Amino acid sequence: MGAQLRVYKRRIKSVTATKKITKAMEMIAASRVVKAQRKVQASTPYATELTRAVTAVATGANDKHPLTTEAENPTRAAVLLLSSDRGLAGAFNSNAIKAAEQLIKRLEGEGKEADVYVVGRRGIAHFNFRERKLAGTWAGFTDEPSYADAKKVGEPLIEAIEKATAEGGVDELHIVYTEFVSMMTQTAVEARLLPLSLDEVAKEAGESDTLRPLYDFEPSAEDVLDALLPRYVESRIYNALLQSSASKHAATRRAMKSATDNAGDLINNLSRLANAARQAEITQEISEIVGGTAALADATAGSDK
Amino acid sequence: MAAELHVELVAADRSVWSGEATLVIARTTSGDIGVMPGHQPLLGVLESGPVTIRTSEGDTVVAAVHGGFISFADDKLSLLAEIAELADEIDAQRAERALERAKSGEDAAAERRAEVRLRAVAVR
Repeated sequence: MGAQLRVYKRRIKSVTATKKITKAMEMIAASRVVKAQRKVQASTPYATELTRAVTAVATGANDKHPLTTEAENPTRAAVLLLSSDRGLAGAFNSNAIKAAEQLIKRLEGEGKEADVYVVGRRGIAHFNFRERKLAGTWAGFTDEPSYADAKKVGEPLIEAIEKATAEGGVDELHIVYTEFVSMMTQTAVEARLLPLSLDEVAKEAGESDTLRPLYDFEPSAEDVLDALLPRYVESRIYNALLQSSASKHAATRRAMKSATDNAGDLINNLSRLANAARQAEITQEISEIVGGTAALADATAGSDK
Repeated sequence: MAAELHVELVAADRSVWSGEATLVIARTTSGDIGVMPGHQPLLGVLESGPVTIRTSEGDTVVAAVHGGFISFADDKLSLLAEIAELADEIDAQRAERALERAKSGEDAAAERRAEVRLRAVAVR
């Protein structure tokens, strides 16, 4: 076998092996998307009921709670970015990080300091590389987040928002995550969790115009709201974590699908080249043989004389 | 016709139980409360403890909830809990072991959780 042909054969072999791997990753990601989507759906009843309760209390309670009123001079805001632990997901992480960077720039433009909290190794690595101080980081659960993980993430954020700004607390809480729109579309979105804007919450609950009943609060409206809001934040974070993981798996699936397709094309091209090389080799061998016999015939014809 | 109320018992990551009931007893921070159809709209903070639901078929469903909220309006009752388990789902022996472990390890939260589970099983 000629040297060139051997090179082609070797490359085809290695691309085939890569294709097998990407194909397997595609399948795994596809099955995980379904699982993650199911988890999003399972968490929806809790989220809707909680949102409804928050709307009811916040509109029913007369007194202004610090978590529902906007600070007059917000000076510090917390930004929570949800990225993933692992890459190989196309533009998934870079889109989320870009959205977070834009948000941070905007907040700083408004004269607010931004405390950045990051979930997922990719995001942490991005900010560490740029030597930005992070207020909090978590990693290791982005593939399959549980409610306990959301609680863990929410705890310091709620603590920060309850603290006075002068003592290192924050006035606002923003979250950047990747919304799972469909298998093909996932968009990086940012949302303000706190202070709560009631119109948006009501819109989410889908009952902006209906008359709400006059609730009896047990033990009191304030206490209920105090207990309700941290749970609300946690539930929103949980939902964002789940959507983010579903999006990540969908992005991985798509990236791996195009990798598999590309590997297939590459194999086709390489086998054509290999065939051409083999053919060229054969042609050369034939012409060498023909040339050789012709030369031999000439030589014997000469000696005969 | 006996009046009924619709109950949704949901945990953070799943819907635990839903159906029609005639009476629901839950423990709020200011004491046990019983809700029957036609109750005044109510929103309360729940303590960890058993929740008893008397279904319209006459059965009794008991669940252990660990913190959460009760909200009632228009004959619809929602019980929201971070963790909620039906008494049938609880493994009493496992809860007992967890209680022992929590007591020796002095983990107050885990001890409380195990106690609530056991109490729910006892009520059943």
